[in-house]
Amino acid sequence: MNVEFKNINKHFGPVHANVDINLNIQSGSIQGILGENGAGKSTLMKILSGFIQPDSGGIYLDGKAVLIDSPADAIKYGIGMLHQDPLDFPPMRLIENFIVGQRGGLVPSYKETIKEFKELQSRFGFSLNPEAYVDTLTVGERQQLEILRLLWMGASALILDEPTTGISAQQKEKLFAALKILAEQGKTIIFVSHKLEDVEILCSKVAILRKGYLVGEVPSPYDTDQLVEMMFGKVISLGDRNTVAQNDVVFELRDLFVEHYPLKIENVNFQLRSGEVIGLAGMEGSGQDVLLRACVGLLRPVSGKVIVKGKDLTNKNYLEFMQNEVSFLPASRLEEGLVPGLSLAEHFTIAGEEKKGLFIDKEYFREKAENMIDEYHIIGRSDSTVESLSGGNQQRAALALLKKSLSIILLEHPTRGLDIESAIYMWGKLKERCLQGCSIFFISGDLEEILQYSDRILVFFSGHVSPPLDAATTSLEQLGQLIGGKGWDQVFEIKENYESNANT
Amino acid sequence: MNQTRTRSISLLFQLGGLALAVLFVTIILLLVDAQPMEAFRLIWEGATGNPTRIASVFVVWVPLLLVTCGLLATFTAGLWNIGIEGQITVGAIFTTGVMRLFLDTSISPVLVIIISMLAGMLGGALWAALAGILKTFGGVNEIFGGLGLNFIATALNIGLIFGAWSRPGIASMSGTEPFPEHFWLPTFQNFRLSLWSIGFAVLGLIIIYFLLQGTHFGLRLKAVGKGMKSAFRMGIPTWQHMMLSFVICGLFAGLTGAIQVTGVYHRLIPSISSGYGFMGLMIAMLINYQAIWLAPIALFFAALNIGGIQLPIVIKLDSALTGVLQGSLVLFILIMQGIKQRFVGKK
Ligand SMILES: Nc1ncnc2c1ncn2[C@@H]1O[C@H](COP(=O)(O)OP(=O)(O)OP(=O)(O)O)[C@@H](O)[C@H]1O
Ligand SMILES: [Mg+2]
Repeated sequence: MNVEFKNINKHFGPVHANVDINLNIQSGSIQGILGENGAGKSTLMKILSGFIQPDSGGIYLDGKAVLIDSPADAIKYGIGMLHQDPLDFPPMRLIENFIVGQRGGLVPSYKETIKEFKELQSRFGFSLNPEAYVDTLTVGERQQLEILRLLWMGASALILDEPTTGISAQQKEKLFAALKILAEQGKTIIFVSHKLEDVEILCSKVAILRKGYLVGEVPSPYDTDQLVEMMFGKVISLGDRNTVAQNDVVFELRDLFVEHYPLKIENVNFQLRSGEVIGLAGMEGSGQDVLLRACVGLLRPVSGKVIVKGKDLTNKNYLEFMQNEVSFLPASRLEEGLVPGLSLAEHFTIAGEEKKGLFIDKEYFREKAENMIDEYHIIGRSDSTVESLSGGNQQRAALALLKKSLSIILLEHPTRGLDIESAIYMWGKLKERCLQGCSIFFISGDLEEILQYSDRILVFFSGHVSPPLDAATTSLEQLGQLIGGKGWDQVFEIKENYESNANT
Repeated sequence: MNQTRTRSISLLFQLGGLALAVLFVTIILLLVDAQPMEAFRLIWEGATGNPTRIASVFVVWVPLLLVTCGLLATFTAGLWNIGIEGQITVGAIFTTGVMRLFLDTSISPVLVIIISMLAGMLGGALWAALAGILKTFGGVNEIFGGLGLNFIATALNIGLIFGAWSRPGIASMSGTEPFPEHFWLPTFQNFRLSLWSIGFAVLGLIIIYFLLQGTHFGLRLKAVGKGMKSAFRMGIPTWQHMMLSFVICGLFAGLTGAIQVTGVYHRLIPSISSGYGFMGLMIAMLINYQAIWLAPIALFFAALNIGGIQLPIVIKLDSALTGVLQGSLVLFILIMQGIKQRFVGKK
């Protein structure tokens, strides 16, 4: 299906999120959409999929003007969208979820649907269990389910808004292969991302948005520097690696044993020094998120000890960890990080450590919010509710909300959804804290990020944890093999040495 | 500028809802062969016709205002405190019980009134805390817990009226033996209206308004209500906050029960809560949980309640008609809010 945007405009109050956008997407092609945080990418996609309506302009499908009033309308026209922040899935079985979206037919035929489901997924090499519950799926698997569901409902154009954040390298390969098959079948794929390398290998053409404007379209093959310059209006380079770790231990795990079905993580011994950054690498669901939650009292260890600054906090709850200057920032922003419906100023009021009298000094916190908005380059106002911010700006807000006086910060995917420039800026902010003795523990699906910013690395593979590897002497290849389960014999040798050293 | 526009749009929709509700009731009246204009006139007359009626409206306004104040606390924390009726009832039971203890003592009646009213607040708070405990530690949804506790409270009330506290010789639906007059809340001239209870209601409204709009506690409650997991991660002890909101609501409900006993009925009667708790839930929804609108809307509901009394007397219509009007008002205004969201969302 040929998809065309004509003179699309969209305002949110004073924000002009899409300015006169004209874009034509051929059927059977994979169109990339690039742009910095808040550029207007999700807005444009939501217009196409009926979640919001443009102020002016129109959408043409195969040359015919259409009015897309709702997501249900969109799917009627054959347009399906995968969202940046996965929408809530009810606790149903996969197949039930699949049947719910079914059109027509009063009594869904269970058996037949399962058969069709299996047939459909085999075409893309997915291996989902139709009887499993949706809430046990990883982000990547939910995505596969969602793609199948949209195709099954008859989508002939698929929109993917930042689909590769939060999925493993293997899932990504599967996803890309599936998208290529779909494009060959003549379906139209629109792929929104911040990851240049993903766009470069997948898309036949990219459109670049900046501050609401479409600044240009580039066909493959691409020149990376040119794309970056179009996105940000300037050239960007990574900073140098630097280490500010000191020798005093601020956090320690002793013989920690955590269980979280189906994973068992045993025998973790580990010391974090002040000012140190430790990256946790591994495919999604290998146990790094389980360990991180056990480190802050959100999950009870079966045995072993968690020691923060010499204090035994094993089995204490998260609030007590917070009182000991530990803070945790989870990956699901609107579920566990920010409170939808509250404004930025209200968030800063809750998170603030000062002015804790009975009454709120609203003026003070409004000003504070405005200062933080400036400092962290958040696009939004102090009275904007967090759900009205773009995905990347929500992430900036979450980082800006971390208290000033922290000694340990645990982060899940700290730069997920951030564009390159903001990611570099955020790490600058985090490293500033390290200079003052704060230590960081972070999970990332991006191995380059882990190598670039960590001092030491823990690698996870189906519940096994490697001893800390020195980031400076580890290569990207080595890391890639380890998270895939290769080269562990060597690691265990190191581990034995490490432990016998630690014991003496 | 933009804000005033959205405000006036929203007001327009509310008025639309009101008009639809009136239309709906008119149609019902026509269907039962009654004269709508006559009915509305009677309701208006019934509520404002003479000073006694106006005073009666305020007698109903006080409990409505107080329970809704309490409900705003639980709604803010994202809780549906259906148990409010039981909390009013238990408040009334505690007040009656404590007052009975002091009947034959020489302690100053003023002190007795104060102690019994505090006991009522305690009772309401305990009953609400029970719903909170069931939710936090028993995993019982507050709606089911509240319903169950309502039944228990009613049974307890009836049991006391017909059992331990029954009138000598004539246990009946008319309630317990009335308290002597010096144990009554002082009333305004000859009306059943007490300036004290009006004072409590106004004070309660002011407290709840500032608590929810201006304090850190209120903001934390709001955060718990809108996103419990995130609130916890931001350092808010969530179940403790929910518990506190239950207790606050229970204090208001208990005070309501206490006022009904000491200021209005001067005894315990079977239907001491008079359904004010459920009406409070409707009012809270109608004002979209914003305390500013509470006083006028509660007054309107109270006027409908009192005005409706005239219907069966004069034109043989059931006074439940005003209940229909109140219910349809809530429904239509909620519907209009939904329509508005779609309409404004599109722009
Ligand atoms: N519902 C809304 N209400 C108010 N402003 C909004 C709303 N949705 C988006 N915006 C604003 O519109 C602008 C564009 O947002 P959009 O979500 O399209 O950005 P994006 O390109 O997807 O960014 P990101 O890469 O961070 O996800 C932002 O400034 C955002 O704050
Ligand atoms: Mg986006």
